[in-house]
Amino acid sequence: MNRLKASQYLPDESIERYSRQILLPEIGVNGMHKLSAASVLIVGAGGLGCPVAMYLATSGVGTIGIVEYDVVELSNLHRQIGHREASVGFSKAKSLVSTLKTLNSSINYMSFETALSDSNAKGIVKDFDVVVDATDNVSSRYLLNDVCVLLRKPLVSGSALRWEGQLTVYNHKTGPCYRCVFPKPPPPETVTNCSDGGVLGPVTGVIGSMQALEVIKILLDEDGVLYGRLVMFDGLSGSHRTFRLRDRDPQCAVCGDEPTVSELIDYDAFCGSSACDKIPSLKILAPQDRYSPEEFKERLLNDPYVHIIDVRPSEEFAVCHIPDSLNLPFEELKASPSSLYEGLQDVIVVCRRGNESQLAVKMLKDLGVTAKDVVGGLQAWSRLPGVSFPSY
Amino acid sequence: MCDISLEFAGGAELLFESRKKQSVSLPPQDRPWTIDLLVKWLAKNLLKGNPEMFIHADGSGVRPGILVLINEIDWELLGGKDYRIQNNDSILFVSTLHGG
Ligand SMILES: [Zn+2]
Repeated sequence: MNRLKASQYLPDESIERYSRQILLPEIGVNGMHKLSAASVLIVGAGGLGCPVAMYLATSGVGTIGIVEYDVVELSNLHRQIGHREASVGFSKAKSLVSTLKTLNSSINYMSFETALSDSNAKGIVKDFDVVVDATDNVSSRYLLNDVCVLLRKPLVSGSALRWEGQLTVYNHKTGPCYRCVFPKPPPPETVTNCSDGGVLGPVTGVIGSMQALEVIKILLDEDGVLYGRLVMFDGLSGSHRTFRLRDRDPQCAVCGDEPTVSELIDYDAFCGSSACDKIPSLKILAPQDRYSPEEFKERLLNDPYVHIIDVRPSEEFAVCHIPDSLNLPFEELKASPSSLYEGLQDVIVVCRRGNESQLAVKMLKDLGVTAKDVVGGLQAWSRLPGVSFPSY
Repeated sequence: MCDISLEFAGGAELLFESRKKQSVSLPPQDRPWTIDLLVKWLAKNLLKGNPEMFIHADGSGVRPGILVLINEIDWELLGGKDYRIQNNDSILFVSTLHGG
């Protein structure tokens, strides 16, 4: 026996790299083996997916899969810390994996550059031990829940908006699944996404880091996993609270004793909204009541006295607006007396994307004001040649 | 007397003049106050904006996507909309977030 050569259960490099977490009694050599034998699928490479993936990679989780169909945008970088300026315009899945490789090259990475759908979800999810929901829309959340119930995978679910975040683990032990808690999807018009509501980077960072923590606890088979409990984090007030959730519902449509959902369904139809259309386009006004962006440009160039009403919130108006346009936020328009607009004629209403402007035109018309809006709003306007208007 | 503490989170506060917390004395009435009656009372008395962002389109309870937590516990464990509100209860309406 060579007593000069240590008896060891991990290679030198792993011992040094993971020494600080191996020192925790809950991890140790055994825990380290569990992590390196494990595979985790992260769906979404955004504000939540980036910190989850980065912490799991540095912790030594053996296989990490990333599902993401989108490309990196400049407006992602304030919170999606796994992407670099040089990645703008390129695949988010690839971008994140290339960052992860610089953090820990000893891990097996898989990237799925596709939107998770009812047709591909089972095939992608089936080989992973734990699934992380880091998506940003209702349809994907129900899809992920159902596929995880059908394939018996714990689902670590996080979400964030504005200054707030929420976190829980579904489909683990006696805990509920997403459908047990939310049997019916919310009406689409009540759902706010990050590109409308805004979100702060450290908030997604807090929730994403906690998701990585829950994954590690599940892989170690620890008792304190956040199933049947909901964490609510409010970064603005600095509060962090944990609430008791219901147990698994025996009458749940998918995880109940007599499930009515035994195969994946059409989740866009179920939710009335799609995973990929980030911004639904409303069609309220008739085409003759709307200007195309090109027609609007003609009017602006030829009519110095044209009245433009911008119905975006005042914060957005302060960021950028068309010179000489009047800011009348939609919420105020709804609340103000009609006398304000008496006598106003031939008004052009703009908003960010051409949705609320249609509602505003309809209201103004009911008050006797002739008005049209601009199809696609300021976003379409900003893309016209010769126009200088920032996109946000 | 039925003095309760109301909280709104996850964006639900935007329907209540952005007030995350308020104390409310529910007016005396013949029948006991339930969550169902509270939701109707809130929609009538404190809600600003479109009621369908808070209550179900058919007028029965909160809309899908809003979770009610009574004294830090899921209302489903306490009887749901028929839970009888007690003095000093703390009732939180939280709109679920979907962003990431
Ligand atoms: Zn269930």
